[in-house]
Amino acid sequence: MTTVAVLRRVGRGLGLVVLVIAAMISFGPLLWTVTTSLRTPAESFTNPPSWIPLHPQFSNYRAVFQQIPLARFFINSVIVTGLIVVGQSVTCTLSGYAFAMVRFPGRTKIFALFLATMMVPLQATIIPVFVLIRWMGLSGSLFALIIPALSGAFGTFLMRQYFLQMPAELGDAARVDGATHFQVFRHVYARMAQPALATLAILNFSGFWSEFYRPLIFLQNQNNFTLPLGLVGLQGNYGTGSISIVLAGVILAMIPSVILFIVAQRHFIEGITAGSFR
Amino acid sequence: MAIQPAASRSVAQRRLRRSEATFGYLMIMLSVVIVTVFTAAPILASILISLFNWDVISPPTFAGLANYSRMLHDSTVIVSFATTAVLAVAIVFLQIACGLGLALLVQQRRRRATRAVFRTVFFLPLLASAASVSIFMGYLFDQKFGVINYYLSLLGIGNVPWLTSSAGATVTVVLVAVWQQVGFTFVLFIAALSSVPSELLEAAAIDGAGAVPLLFRIKLPLISPTVLFAGVIGMINSMQLFDQPYILTQGGPGSATTTTVIIIYRTAFQNLQFGYGSAISVALLIVLMAITAAQFAASRRVVFYQ
Repeated sequence: MTTVAVLRRVGRGLGLVVLVIAAMISFGPLLWTVTTSLRTPAESFTNPPSWIPLHPQFSNYRAVFQQIPLARFFINSVIVTGLIVVGQSVTCTLSGYAFAMVRFPGRTKIFALFLATMMVPLQATIIPVFVLIRWMGLSGSLFALIIPALSGAFGTFLMRQYFLQMPAELGDAARVDGATHFQVFRHVYARMAQPALATLAILNFSGFWSEFYRPLIFLQNQNNFTLPLGLVGLQGNYGTGSISIVLAGVILAMIPSVILFIVAQRHFIEGITAGSFR
Repeated sequence: MAIQPAASRSVAQRRLRRSEATFGYLMIMLSVVIVTVFTAAPILASILISLFNWDVISPPTFAGLANYSRMLHDSTVIVSFATTAVLAVAIVFLQIACGLGLALLVQQRRRRATRAVFRTVFFLPLLASAASVSIFMGYLFDQKFGVINYYLSLLGIGNVPWLTSSAGATVTVVLVAVWQQVGFTFVLFIAALSSVPSELLEAAAIDGAGAVPLLFRIKLPLISPTVLFAGVIGMINSMQLFDQPYILTQGGPGSATTTTVIIIYRTAFQNLQFGYGSAISVALLIVLMAITAAQFAASRRVVFYQ
């Protein structure tokens, strides 16, 4: 073997070592969270931690439902995230299609305004939105989180990009056959948009399922708390005595995301890269 | 007579076009209303509210630019901008460096299954919420009982005050944010690297280019737009850092991890100073726009568009 070949081999071996260490750092805290959620509250802070749960205690998972309204938080999160995902799927498909395929005066200008709002940080709008929500009498209700998020510039942009790739001839042919504009949209193009719709839905799910700042501002009553807000409150209320119970809640909150990731990994990756190839 | 058919066609055409336009406006209506009411108008409203003193309960009183001049003399706000900038630069730098490094190393693996395993492991932290991550990281970084100090003590490093000292808290917030978000840049770079044409790399390898020149002369220039994107998005997000410092340290100890968004939250939603809070959020918006513009300007020489 030449020196270059030896060097290359050593390099690849070192690369693997670095990767394995990075994987341990990445996975370790999650594994600790799972195993500690399966230990008795009394043992939860003993070191060294047991990385393999030999005697799993599922009692913490029962306790988390008994000690706090976790089921309530879960349902609230499902309602908020579900309605936003469905709402944006509808509104962004409609507007994305119109900006891509329908000719109307002012289209370019209105779309430019949409693009301009895309990068606006939440902080620049949250105070007036809070005032507006209060004025609408929605303060404290889940609708305070849902209604402002029912459409978005990014979703519109994402769907428009996807519709732009579709051939215009299909619609023209259907029009000649007597289909209305809406029928062309509904029966020809909307059906082909499903991959983009899945990516948008997953982006919205992961964004709003884990949201903390807006719930912290808008929700006051514990009955309306979503999961992240409820879990942080749990950590505060019960102190360090029962961390296994808190961690059981953390794991339960993560399960829907993990299931979705297993089912639709491709769309998670697409969601992340969608923004970068503008 | 010869003109008549053409004229009637153009009338029909105009009617068709008008019906298409009506359809278009109906289709964008929902999105336009929501984006206007909840994003576009509130930006202007933020600027307007910042010119008043207002606690939402009693009527607002006009204050002119008083909130802005108060901000320039308010050391907690100024310090929060500096604190946030330090945290953001550290987070974004580490996120890009680690994400790129890991992406390059994973790409080197020949077996598909190996690549898939590493990809999944680095992505997993993104499936938890920042709030959840901050909860369990708070336990792991605990000075007395935390797992991290336990393993460090085995290496002879004693009792690091991760959350209870200024430097420790700063480092912890950075580490927790990077730990979770590195999967994001990692996925971006994996996608960008796999779009580098393999003929280019093979040609360079045949010409005798080693791994290092290959990286700096071909791969990095070709993925530089993605690096810029990761930097811009990373700064926009990290300058609004809230969940991690709020949950891990409540902005402390002292003001060590009090980010600007924590100040906005306290000013507007805890002390009900909506005018002053709006002034700080407008300042944050201006700072963000300046950072983004500076990043694009600075990158003009470095970023290579195909």
